Amino acid sequence: MNENFLSRHRQLLIVWALLLTVPFWLPMLGGYTALAGRVVVFALAAMSFNLLLGFTGIMSFGHAAYFGLGAYGCGLFMKFVTASTLLGVLAGTLVGGIAGTLFGLLLVRRRGVYFAMVTIAFGQVCFYIAYKWDEFTGGYDGLRGFARAPIDFGIFKLDIAASNNAFYYFVVAIFGLAVGLQALILKSPFGRTMLAIRENERRARFLGIPIEKHIWLAFSISCFFTALAGSLYALLNNFADPLGLNYIMSGNIVMITVMGGMRTFWGPLVGAVLFVALQDYVSSMTTNWMFFVGLTFVAVVLFFPRGLMGMLQKRAGT
Amino acid sequence: MELVLFNLANGLIVGAFYVLMALGLSLIINLSNVVNFAHGNFLAIGGYLAFTLTPYIGFWGALLVSPLLTAVFGYFIEQVLIRHVYARNHIYSLLLTFGLGFILQDVCRFIWGPSPLPLGIPDILSLPITEELFFITWYRVFMVAVVIVAVSGLFAFLRFTRVGMRIRAGTLDLDTVSALGVNVAALRSYNFAVGSFLAGLAGVLAAGQIGLNPNMGDDLIMPSFIAIIVGGVGSLTGTLLGGLLIGVAAALTTVFYPAGAEAVIYVIMAIVLLIRPRGLLGEEGMLT
Repeated sequence: MNENFLSRHRQLLIVWALLLTVPFWLPMLGGYTALAGRVVVFALAAMSFNLLLGFTGIMSFGHAAYFGLGAYGCGLFMKFVTASTLLGVLAGTLVGGIAGTLFGLLLVRRRGVYFAMVTIAFGQVCFYIAYKWDEFTGGYDGLRGFARAPIDFGIFKLDIAASNNAFYYFVVAIFGLAVGLQALILKSPFGRTMLAIRENERRARFLGIPIEKHIWLAFSISCFFTALAGSLYALLNNFADPLGLNYIMSGNIVMITVMGGMRTFWGPLVGAVLFVALQDYVSSMTTNWMFFVGLTFVAVVLFFPRGLMGMLQKRAGT
Repeated sequence: MELVLFNLANGLIVGAFYVLMALGLSLIINLSNVVNFAHGNFLAIGGYLAFTLTPYIGFWGALLVSPLLTAVFGYFIEQVLIRHVYARNHIYSLLLTFGLGFILQDVCRFIWGPSPLPLGIPDILSLPITEELFFITWYRVFMVAVVIVAVSGLFAFLRFTRVGMRIRAGTLDLDTVSALGVNVAALRSYNFAVGSFLAGLAGVLAAGQIGLNPNMGDDLIMPSFIAIIVGGVGSLTGTLLGGLLIGVAAALTTVFYPAGAEAVIYVIMAIVLLIRPRGLLGEEGMLT
């Protein structure tokens, strides 16, 4: 029984053992804890995105919009309303999620490249608003003037402002809740329906499943989670960047997902590790980072389309 | 009134650019189902090639040769990279051209340097057409004329040549075209080259007006997407209409509310998606 539990949940145990011990081993590898925070935030964004790409078979290329709206929503709320971290995260999640839900209404009947193009265009709308609305959003320079504040739980106080490790564990805790919820959604009848739509939309439609409604719901859920990741990103940097809304960011989210393995649950987390490591390394080595990042994209598409996790799973024969 | 006229003329010119870009993109989407994210970088390459060629063969020569070289380059890229992802999930072609765009942008920066460069145009073209219409140079008139010629040429090519007819047929039903013995792989390559030609031509024209920089295509790619969405996927005439519409709409908005110039094209897109989801001239059921 015990052994069975171990083997069945091996992936889960490895992931959490590594995530929870980051502050102990990452400095030994020459990293710093904030880097791990970035990995976890990007992983959450990419896993949320993967609910659509990997599990519903729907291709959004504009998830930066909801990520960025989450960041701006959180930042603006903390700057202008109240400096509470948790309420800021909630506000950011709602802003991005509701925007995604509304955009989703216009999207659900599109498919394939057309769906992707419309999502890109919506993403750019948000980018231009953040970019142009200087006095409110800080325009090109991004939004500053807010900072994460310690969280008072009554019995103890979590000082996420001063301690990077405390903030990292705060992010990991939210990550855990979010992906746990995602796993539950995927296990639910609704999640099974998402898979059915991915596998054969026409057949699912013949079974009487209201496809448009399900895609809309899946899109909306994905956007709420992505916006949550965006809020955490704003807290991580104490800064919201208009480039976080740009389609290049959308491309990065897609890349993280594909690089890790879009048909696997933990793939995007693995992809986030690879992506952040690559980004950090390449931008410290050369100013021509675009060339190398682009080359990686091309190489992954041509030679490793299953992503790292996909390849490992295929080798293991599962 | 003069301001409105000026912006109307401006809008037509900008719209003409969008049309050139969007028609190339649209051709490739229709036949190959690939959204070429690197299309703006093909435009930049066309412009830079003209810059390099002008000292040897002059502006007029470069205007002819540079788009042709861009077409050859596009053909090459299609052969080496893009054709491998046709059979796969669309996400791969998006990622591939997205990465390709990064690479090409850095390549341009590496070869021609990061700072903006001017493209010399013949003196006659830089003169205003009349004293009163001082804001319209001959170059602007010339650009519109070239676009008209190119677009007419494209439509004639698609209507009257064998390859063109096959491209149109393939847009509607590629399987049948293939079953009739047409080499679909080659057809897609030619089609990609034609799309690249249009991008290259737009690049030369844009370089003469606004100069060259490595990311000059970035500002044009998004309006081109919107032109296609507004016009309706699958319809080249729709793309033509969509490009002109958003160009003129953006320019006229500049007169009354300058800050909204970029926003208005997205508003148009949202309205079209709301009341006519398939786009202005899109056919029901095409690619949706």
